[in-house]
Amino acid sequence: MAQPVTTETKAEAGREEPAFPPFNTATFPSQLFWFAIVFILLYLLMSRVALPRVGGIFEFRKTRIARDLDQASAMQRQADEAAAAYEKTLAEARARAQGVAQETRDKLAAESEARRKELDASLNAKLAAAEAQIEAMRTSALANVDTIASEAAAAIIQQITGKTANAEAVAQAVAALKAG
Amino acid sequence: MNPIEQFQITKLVSLHLFGYDVSFTNSSLFMVIALALIVLVMIAGSRPRALVPGRLQSIAEVSHEFVAGMVRQTAGEAGMRFFPFVFSLFMFIFFANVLGLIPYAFTVTSHLIITVTMALMVFLTVIFVGFAKNGLHFLRLFVPPGVPWWILPFVVPIEVISFFTRPVSHSIRLFANMLAGHITLQVFAGFVLLLLGGGVWALLSPFPFLFTVAVLALELLVAFLQAYVFAMLTCLYLNDALHPGQH
Repeated sequence: MAQPVTTETKAEAGREEPAFPPFNTATFPSQLFWFAIVFILLYLLMSRVALPRVGGIFEFRKTRIARDLDQASAMQRQADEAAAAYEKTLAEARARAQGVAQETRDKLAAESEARRKELDASLNAKLAAAEAQIEAMRTSALANVDTIASEAAAAIIQQITGKTANAEAVAQAVAALKAG
Repeated sequence: MNPIEQFQITKLVSLHLFGYDVSFTNSSLFMVIALALIVLVMIAGSRPRALVPGRLQSIAEVSHEFVAGMVRQTAGEAGMRFFPFVFSLFMFIFFANVLGLIPYAFTVTSHLIITVTMALMVFLTVIFVGFAKNGLHFLRLFVPPGVPWWILPFVVPIEVISFFTRPVSHSIRLFANMLAGHITLQVFAGFVLLLLGGGVWALLSPFPFLFTVAVLALELLVAFLQAYVFAMLTCLYLNDALHPGQH
């Protein structure tokens, strides 16, 4: 493979070029010239345009994320505050509701107690009246017993003796019996 | 099938300035293509300035972050002054290397004059910045701290020599990697053709072909790695200029 190399390069080049291109000094000026142009352009474009711009993107992203985080924490704080306020309102409402319930319970108990007393009193009054009536009826009935006994005794005497009994005597006898 | 032929520089447009032959060559063409691609990625890519980046903007951002991180870590916050310089070097070498892997393309960085120029740019920047920033204290670079005085006569010459051989190793590393990689590729690709033209031997041709594919993958890695190494060493050297006597 080495043989055609030398002939080829010699035939192609014609001028006195070394076989190894990287050591061919004739190409150095052109390489240096174009490298200088390209590298200076590259350096200027990178340092003036590309890198500041990419750095700007990072900066923008950083500030944006920081701002978003700030906003999020502020919102979190607001939410916490709202939750605390809600808890407080809820506790207050619960306390008030308990107060109202207790009050209502007490009021209802007092009312029912009063009604019960009223009822008791009226029932007692009715009971007393009824007792008094019964007492009256009993005395009157007991009083009637004397008359009935006297009449019955008179009737019995009439049936047995066939004579009309003396009413007064009968009554006396009955009273004497009753007393005895 | 000459493996050296791919490094041949051919004139596209003849041009002479001040008695020098500065013709527009295939090398110049690929430099311009590399420049155009970098501009496309970095300038067109960052144009949308999107909060959530698209593909091209992502590439621009990742490149920026990658090189910025390298400069900041190696040369410190003061080194960020040279970030555009290191970035341009890295992108130029990376794009030139990768473009060179395309068949029939020319590899700009496979020519010593280009890598030497870049290495000398770094070397001269380091010397200039070193003296401008630290004055004669820059010479402390050659006096490692914590070394007993009687060893210094031996250490200082070594430090001086290592400093002045920096551009040599810096430039030859990239040049030699590119050159060797492309020659390897060409030689094994040549085997494929050789075997294909050899009758029954053609049956063996897939083996060098597969090897060529593997080497191409390796070369892709090397293309990135050499750009990274060149930029990284640039940062290290700049760090010496900015903070001498701290290494």
